[in-house]
Amino acid sequence: MPNDLIGKLKAANIIGRGGAGYPAWKKWTAVRDATNMPKYVICNASEREPDTHKDFHILKNYPEKVFRGMELAIDTIGGTDGIFNLNGEYYKELKSSLDVLIEEAKNCGYNYRIKVFEEAPSYIGGEETALLNAIEGKRCEPRLKPPFPTDKGLFGCPTLIHNVETLYDIARVAEGTYDGDRFYTVSGAVSNPGVFRLDADIPILDILHQTNNVPSEAYFVQAGGGGSGIVLNSKQIATEPVRGSGAIIVHSSDESPKKLILRWVSFFAQESCGKCTPCREGTYQLLQLLKEKKRKTIPWKEMEPILQVLEKTSFCALGRSVPIPIRSYLKNVLQQS
Amino acid sequence: MPRIPLETTAPALISIEINGRKCAGHEGESVLDIALRNGIDIPHYCTHPDLPVDANCRTCLVEMQDGVIVTSCSLKAAEGMVIKTNTPAVIKLRTQNMELLFGKYKHKSFKSLHGYWSKTLEELKRYGISGDTYKRDDPKRPIHKLGTAAEFDPSLCIACNKCVEICQLIGICHLTLEGKGSKTRVGFNKDASNDCIYCGQCTAHCPVEAIREQSHLVEVEKALKDKTKIVIAQMAPSVRNSVGEGFGVEYGKDLTPQLCTAFRMLGFSKVFDVNMGADITTMVEAEELVERLTHKWEYADGKRKDAPVQGPMFTSCCPGWVKFVEFYEPGLIPNLTTSRSPQIHSGGAYKTWWAEREGIDPKNIIVVSLMPCTSKKYEAKFDHLKIDGHAPVDYVLTTRELISLLKTRKIDLPNLKPGSVDREGTYSGAAAIYGASGGVMESALRTAYKMAAGGDLPGIDFEPVRGFTGLKKASVKIGTHTVNLAVAAMPKNIRPLLREIKKNPDAYDYIEVMACPGGCIGGGGQPIPNTFEIVKKRIAGLYKIDKAMNLRRAHDNPVVKEFFEYLKTVTDAKRKSLLYRGYSRKLKGE
Repeated sequence: MPNDLIGKLKAANIIGRGGAGYPAWKKWTAVRDATNMPKYVICNASEREPDTHKDFHILKNYPEKVFRGMELAIDTIGGTDGIFNLNGEYYKELKSSLDVLIEEAKNCGYNYRIKVFEEAPSYIGGEETALLNAIEGKRCEPRLKPPFPTDKGLFGCPTLIHNVETLYDIARVAEGTYDGDRFYTVSGAVSNPGVFRLDADIPILDILHQTNNVPSEAYFVQAGGGGSGIVLNSKQIATEPVRGSGAIIVHSSDESPKKLILRWVSFFAQESCGKCTPCREGTYQLLQLLKEKKRKTIPWKEMEPILQVLEKTSFCALGRSVPIPIRSYLKNVLQQS
Repeated sequence: MPRIPLETTAPALISIEINGRKCAGHEGESVLDIALRNGIDIPHYCTHPDLPVDANCRTCLVEMQDGVIVTSCSLKAAEGMVIKTNTPAVIKLRTQNMELLFGKYKHKSFKSLHGYWSKTLEELKRYGISGDTYKRDDPKRPIHKLGTAAEFDPSLCIACNKCVEICQLIGICHLTLEGKGSKTRVGFNKDASNDCIYCGQCTAHCPVEAIREQSHLVEVEKALKDKTKIVIAQMAPSVRNSVGEGFGVEYGKDLTPQLCTAFRMLGFSKVFDVNMGADITTMVEAEELVERLTHKWEYADGKRKDAPVQGPMFTSCCPGWVKFVEFYEPGLIPNLTTSRSPQIHSGGAYKTWWAEREGIDPKNIIVVSLMPCTSKKYEAKFDHLKIDGHAPVDYVLTTRELISLLKTRKIDLPNLKPGSVDREGTYSGAAAIYGASGGVMESALRTAYKMAAGGDLPGIDFEPVRGFTGLKKASVKIGTHTVNLAVAAMPKNIRPLLREIKKNPDAYDYIEVMACPGGCIGGGGQPIPNTFEIVKKRIAGLYKIDKAMNLRRAHDNPVVKEFFEYLKTVTDAKRKSLLYRGYSRKLKGE
């Protein structure tokens, strides 16, 4: 029974695996109880967080499970349309398997439609309301919340948006095969990079051990994504699990701090949608500060007021997360050595 | 200045505390609106009561009771909320965001470069923004001209999106946001079938003068200093009761007497009035309306064999609407009245009839129009409107430019000794209401009725065409005939009307169209903020002027009568060049 499934999701503590970690059953209940029609279910396979590839891995290896998760969601909430929001590069590689599944679903006599939206490359496109704007043909930038997508989403209709991994988990909950694991992308200065499925919430060091990825030289990691992830030193990872999208990037302690910060800032400046002041103007000014040729050291003092407005006054999570890697790198790595 | 009056109807009244003060508001209203109405100053650059809440400038920051800092434009008020607008944290973050937004602003702003007073520069000073901390990204785009009416400077644009939204709201959709990250700026619809109509609503909604009128301030000041020139000021109906907003005067208050003194202080030789021109326009347009109607009636009765122009007659005093027809609907050109517009009528009259009477060579006369409009700048530049080689109007200043000029010259407008217009600027109440949507039609009907049926339009006041509503329909009986009328403001209200006409060309006999919300009184050259609520108050002010006048019909204006006597003495070609005009299909950008 569909209602049972929502109960099961709650019992299994299924949370969004896109990064925000919001309980799935709450979203389902909200969309199910919404009275407006049509209702949409969107599978978000934007995955533009640097060094994160688990959504691709799942769609490549278990497309039918993700598809099943989508169908269960549509059935449960009374949806009319399912949309796969796909990173364009992914779609090129996944087209053969996904298109077959969509075709099969069409011929099954269901009264809902499932289709693919091929997304133009952008980090902000992973933000769920920016994604809705992109599908609607509008400028890809986040919307003011509330209203939340579960209430007014795609074209103003109730919309359930899930990350690929979340739908995969949901399919397994329905089957009774979900056992509290999750996917990790391990990359960087390691000997065995890749996507791995291990227990959720285990310390990062355990993950590196289990995947045969503990570096021999001094190192630190960025956990949760190569852009917005927090930087932790090798002591901290003995107890800290990965949050967010489950990416672990291992950095050698020899890496140039200035180059590393410049890489993060370049990424954020390039990916800022341009909507709000701190992110649009602030990331640009951070970049200018770091690019100043005559400057040999990192301009922490000049960067600080910009990081403050980014953290406290940005419109969406993209801008708010800019200070996370930079400040944690300073605190957990640079100030420790 | 309060932006929205506190309505006592709905929704429920609540009380919140701002900086320790109890402030009344509505449930769900934004904290920013409540603060502004209660005289608490919060900087804001991307919020407008008529447009969506974007919350992108991040300057209207306030601190909530739990110490969290949020934007007050997107914070919905709830009973008992406690807000602070001036904590050290708020000031620090707000200042930082403003420094980011206004990096090098004062080195690029037109008004700053030319030494003119600017609202934005005054605000930056008030909030202690140096504008020197950062140099913003250079979008490497030149200043973009919108005809000869407005222009856009990408280096000043803060991507607040207001111009884009108002352009969509009125129904043109010429503006869009383009680019990403630090290069995000306003862009222009490149579709060959889309063009700007120069209404300038974008300029009346830009909080930082990035998109603005093409200024004539420098030229006007040069003319005022030139001892060999006679410089005439002529003011449009809508300027007189909205210019005061720049000086904190109540909405809708008529400052004509003070403005007459101000014009003389600025160095104008003569203070005439576009309202006099409006009375000429009414005469010409009413005559044409009666002619077209009579033709239709006689054709229907079989008294005339030649077919009349099918469809209604449209007004043409709004150059934005004329551009709309010439670009989007050239098939309607025969339906536009051939009458010139008020500023062109009066400017032409002053450079011929008045100049000849005074023995002044028209080449030594400079006519400066003070208009609520940007498209009037575009209209004034037309070669085909010249009379004997002289442009009827040399320069056009918007209401905003006038405010800036007065403030730069430190003229305290509201407290000036009252003056009056020179005799040749005499006007009727029918001209005064030209500024409001429906006003041109009402004025023309007062005179057309007299011409066709004799006597006065019953009651003189013609309520059905009054008010802010974007589309009004009415009918009036002239003799035994029913004349069907429609009044539209903003292109979005014109389009359904045009569809109706395509189905039934004779659905209407006479249609007034204005590009801006509420008519010229809500025009693109008006003071900022230009909101629907404020426009309504300005409209009420215009009808008050008309009501208080003894002279309320264009055809009773003695100066207009003198001008028409003069017309009897000139060649037919000259008479035509003073009263009428033609139209032509326009291409994108023309």
